[in-house]
Amino acid sequence: MSVRRLAPKELQPASFAFTDENLAWAKAQIAKYPPGRQASAVIAILWRAQEQHEGWLSEAAIRVVADMLDMPYIRVLEVATFYTMFQLQPVGKKAHVQVCGTTPCRLRGAGDLIEVCQSRIHHEPFHLSKDGNFSWEEVECLGACVNAPMVQIWKDTYEDLTKETFGKVLDGFASGNPPKPGPQIDRQFSAPAGGPTTLKEST
Amino acid sequence: MTKLIIDGKEIDVPAEYTLLQACEAAGAEIPRFCYHERLSIAGNCRMCLVEIKGGPKPVASCAWGVRDCRPGPKGEPPEISTRSPMVRKAREGVMEFLLINHPLDCPICDQGGECDLQDQAMGYGVDTSRFAENKRAVEDKYLGALIKTSMNRCIQCTRCVRFSAEVAGVPEMGATGRGEDMEITTYLEQALTSELQGNLVDICPVGALTSKPYAFAARPWELGKTQSVDVMDGVGSAIRVDTRGREVMRILPRINEAVNEEWISDKTRHIVDGLRTQRLDRPYIRENGKLRAASWQEAFAAVAAKLRMSDGKRIGAIAGDLAAVEEMFAFKDLLGQYGSTNLAVQGGDAFDPKLGRATYIFNPTIAGIEQADALLIIGSNPRKEAAMLNARIRKRWRTGQLKVAVVGPKADLTYDYDYLGAGTDTLADLASGKHSFTEVLKGAKNPIVLVGAGSLSRHDGAAVLALAAKIATGTGALKDGWNGFAVLQDTASRAGALDIGFAPGKGGLSQAQMTTFGTLDVLFLLGADEVKVPDDTFVVYIGTHGDRGAHRADVILPGAAYTEKSGLYVNTEGRAQIAARAAFPPGDAREDWAIARALSDVLGKKLPYDSLQALRQALFKAVPHLMRIDQIEPGKAEQVKALAAKGGKVDKSPLKSSVEDFYLTNPIARASAVMAECSRLAAGRMLTAAE
Repeated sequence: MSVRRLAPKELQPASFAFTDENLAWAKAQIAKYPPGRQASAVIAILWRAQEQHEGWLSEAAIRVVADMLDMPYIRVLEVATFYTMFQLQPVGKKAHVQVCGTTPCRLRGAGDLIEVCQSRIHHEPFHLSKDGNFSWEEVECLGACVNAPMVQIWKDTYEDLTKETFGKVLDGFASGNPPKPGPQIDRQFSAPAGGPTTLKEST
Repeated sequence: MTKLIIDGKEIDVPAEYTLLQACEAAGAEIPRFCYHERLSIAGNCRMCLVEIKGGPKPVASCAWGVRDCRPGPKGEPPEISTRSPMVRKAREGVMEFLLINHPLDCPICDQGGECDLQDQAMGYGVDTSRFAENKRAVEDKYLGALIKTSMNRCIQCTRCVRFSAEVAGVPEMGATGRGEDMEITTYLEQALTSELQGNLVDICPVGALTSKPYAFAARPWELGKTQSVDVMDGVGSAIRVDTRGREVMRILPRINEAVNEEWISDKTRHIVDGLRTQRLDRPYIRENGKLRAASWQEAFAAVAAKLRMSDGKRIGAIAGDLAAVEEMFAFKDLLGQYGSTNLAVQGGDAFDPKLGRATYIFNPTIAGIEQADALLIIGSNPRKEAAMLNARIRKRWRTGQLKVAVVGPKADLTYDYDYLGAGTDTLADLASGKHSFTEVLKGAKNPIVLVGAGSLSRHDGAAVLALAAKIATGTGALKDGWNGFAVLQDTASRAGALDIGFAPGKGGLSQAQMTTFGTLDVLFLLGADEVKVPDDTFVVYIGTHGDRGAHRADVILPGAAYTEKSGLYVNTEGRAQIAARAAFPPGDAREDWAIARALSDVLGKKLPYDSLQALRQALFKAVPHLMRIDQIEPGKAEQVKALAAKGGKVDKSPLKSSVEDFYLTNPIARASAVMAECSRLAAGRMLTAAE
């Protein structure tokens, strides 16, 4: 992990406003907490702001959320810079690939996936590909160790990857037809590959 | 009370104490970085580790309650060790980690010599490092005109974050990122806006936040240290003046629980450069419309020539904001010899000292704010007029037991309040009990009615004061053991002036009358710069700075600033305090009382004291309560009642604060480049706020 800063000024949009739908949703989040404790909703609302704005948080959005929750700007900035799930730089329009690089995935070939990212997207993480459609980063364990190695793109995980299948996943996103989330081999969730090995007979 | 055994010594402490407090009570010294008595507990530096017998690990004593300690197996009191080998090893480990990323730049660090990390590394550090990797590097941050940063040195104790959020009430500091990449900063490196930001330098245990104006100016061990009091506002904060040779290098707070706890405002701390610039270092006489340098003899002769031709009734004196009691007393005596009682202290027209002390002091006292449960602020912005007092109000408000309401200017006071109205109509409603807040005041145990100097400097100031007294008496603010009528004097001189009767006597003229055309021949200004003197009056200015008063003067007699003379000051509570001399006045300038004494000799009306001691003796004989330094002679409730009965007609115009620009309220501050920069930054902020 490195120092997390807001995106440079020239990339920052001038303003940010929630859509009506998201605003109503944010108000519902605030209503979950007792009066005066509205700041508790900050993570949920920041997350929604990130989803609405091409997958990253702008400075304007941080201010809007702070005003909405009656918090000092610095308090919201603290939260936004603390959690790595908040992207502070623009991310790929079609896919932001989060490659799990923790030990189980690493042992099962996450290094290969990172190589694919480096060659196909950008040599450095958090940089946009030339067409601006892709970006990648290495993240800590995403909790799918049984299906290692895996990546997460937006809200879905793509598991049991190899260089080839990961390439296909990326192709799918590039062409606008993302593959089915989950294991990319013949396997149901984290059940054994190639069908059940135990409890085959029903009694 | 709970029994503990600390380092083999049995001690009985309240159960709500933390272990650190208990250890201190037992006489053990606990090293710490993040813990600060006046801030919330963070528990993140781990330097205060102690061993609890039976516990598997050392515990952070600052964050461990006494009632959380388990007794021994047979019910014996918990045993704590602060000096065991385990504690020592643990602290050495903590210190090693702290030093991993801390640069070895003590020789070029301004904190050197007064650095907590440096001191504690002497006790718990080792002479070599086992860390061969790269050190963390952090970019320095811009925090405004007063704070210089060197963020490589930061150990992330978060004292500054807690101070700005809790004490200053302006939550601007924060810690972004996390882990090794955690950085202390403001939002996008905007300048701090708090008027208490100078204290961040004091609470920073390392050299990450240092004073920008004092950068690389001196080392602590080469400074002479003088304990004194501040005169920038009416609070009279306890300060320490650090001098090198003849020069004042910096001003630091001193602990005075009754007044400023251990903080001071930025104006108190950073006017130091104002003491050097624009100084009047020799007498001047106006000739042909131009001021020319003169000797003391010439200047005195010019004054004497003018006085000889004047009638005693047409001589007056106005004391400025920074005048000490002694010089006012001397000039009062001098004018008395001419039969003149034309005396006034700047902005003091609304007060009548004959009504008694209670009518012009902050009766509940500053420490008393912490007992208050309802506060009505009338025509005042305490944040600008008395920043330390405002911090005390905020401290009480944070406990949730103080309800605040404001009549007058609407401003950010760092705490929530009910805004009742801007003008005197609301006051009348409150006095007659028509307003709903009257009930809050009536229902309160210790209500305070605070009336600010801004609402009293109007021409109907006396009536506003009487109206405020009426609210106080009508709502039960005066009761046994509690006097809730509080006048917030915004200057250091006013309470003292009123104490010694430096106010219009029988047939004497008030400030407003003295500054009216054709009333006076000769007017002495004791550092009074906020008055506009009509053209036909001969002005003798006794002061320190070439400010507004000196520009108008016909004769200038250079005086001593508050760091250059021993002087009595009475703060807004009525507490008599002595400012000590830390340096000498520049050039030919003299202490102000001595100027009065020398002038009296030339005039043939010799004052009967040859030394400051003799003057003080005469002063104490006339006003005995000034003798009791650091104590308050309390006012009487009847005096407030008498004031309330006076009544008077008030205008309908809105009430204003007396301070427009916090940073430029007096001649010393106006001479300070640092204050000018602060004022500029503040003005810039106001522009963006108005957009």
